[in-house]
Amino acid sequence: MSQAVAELAYPMSRTKPFNPPDNYADLRQHQPFARVRLWDGTYPYLLTKFDDIRAVLSNPKFSCEPNREGFPHVFEGRMVADKADRSFLRLDNPEHDRLRRMVTKEFTVRRIEQLTPRTEESVDRLITQYSQLPQGADFVEHFSAPLPTEIITFLLGIPYEDHHFFHEATRIQFGSKSTPAEVRKSLDDLFHYLDALITRKEREPQDDIVSRLVAEQLVPGHVDRLTLINIVRLLLSAGHQTTQNMTALGVLTLLQHPDQLALIKSDAELIPGAVEELLRFSSVLHVGARRVALEDIDVNGELVKAGEGVICSIPAANRDPHLFPNPDKFDVQRDAARHVAFGFGIHQCLGQVLARAELRVVYGALFKRLPNLRLAVPFEKLRFRHDMFVYGVHELPLAW
Amino acid sequence: MRITINRSRCIAAGQCVLKAPHVFDQDEQDGIVILLSEKPAAEFEASARLAARVCPSEAITVNDE
Repeated sequence: MSQAVAELAYPMSRTKPFNPPDNYADLRQHQPFARVRLWDGTYPYLLTKFDDIRAVLSNPKFSCEPNREGFPHVFEGRMVADKADRSFLRLDNPEHDRLRRMVTKEFTVRRIEQLTPRTEESVDRLITQYSQLPQGADFVEHFSAPLPTEIITFLLGIPYEDHHFFHEATRIQFGSKSTPAEVRKSLDDLFHYLDALITRKEREPQDDIVSRLVAEQLVPGHVDRLTLINIVRLLLSAGHQTTQNMTALGVLTLLQHPDQLALIKSDAELIPGAVEELLRFSSVLHVGARRVALEDIDVNGELVKAGEGVICSIPAANRDPHLFPNPDKFDVQRDAARHVAFGFGIHQCLGQVLARAELRVVYGALFKRLPNLRLAVPFEKLRFRHDMFVYGVHELPLAW
Repeated sequence: MRITINRSRCIAAGQCVLKAPHVFDQDEQDGIVILLSEKPAAEFEASARLAARVCPSEAITVNDE
């Protein structure tokens, strides 16, 4: 491996909070299959072109199983969590489809539409509570974190009161600086918590996803207990962490682009399109998607050999000018429909219909209820989640 | 335009229903795609085409006749 290559350490740092690292555009043009160096001294490919990324993510010969030799691990602590993960997120087919189909009925368009009044009630109540706090209150702590947590705990049948516990678990398991020992301890605690939850649902089933999974899948023996715990852990962490960060980063993006905010304030019909553009522009899953080649594979003319790791940069794909002209411009009226913010291929986000619904309700209600919503600190003071697996802002103090 | 679907490939992401609700639906039992209209009316052709392009598991094929 040459010195020049070794200089490209991954993850790369951003210079502008709303934009991916500066050199992605250059890599896309000159080195679409760049080699990058990870913390453990491995050199996977970093892909930055939309078409290449789509080709990899839709090809079953690229595996997403973290225990395979060559799979790229971006943080040491995250490696521990990924290798312990037995949910369908980290399984190839046919097992992926078999397990995913145990929960797909819970997240259909129709089911999520039926949930909308519940989402609207939460949004309305949380806005009221937030607006009664002192000016400058943290929007993350008091709105964007509680909202998706309320919804996913409601769906799963998990007590909302326990949110401090699993928010802390998420912070440890997805943080770049967490040690393997911290992650192992956190996973143990979370697994015990979910094991006890499943026991309660076995004894006293209720009208919720975990109870249905216990009755329909665990009891008849279609899934073992450890796998079920992993599936519930996935639904819980994916159900709060991503939407929380997308909600807050989206509000900040709109506040920093007042002309675009004015457009959606004046025409609610623009909101669904604006949500797609916010998803494209933000791409909060900023260190992945990751795969390893199971055999020698030709990707649009480039040979990726068996055992090579590949990092498909979602933020890079979503800023590819070939698909999205003038990609660094935030434009709520652009056609962003083909973005891959939820990934692509069989692992594309299971909860995307729910995430879209939550974001639409939030952006529709928030600026109507609090029309003078604005940043309460200078933009430069904000701390962005450079250190986390899911990007966003750590705190967002607002005034209204 | 003639549309075919591959239900065994479908992962129930729901994008087709969001993009083209007049052409696609989801099975209540497992969320898997249901084709409502094999030959959609002209006014729904563009949205059906978009649904095929964004389908993450490439379970929708559009044939122009």
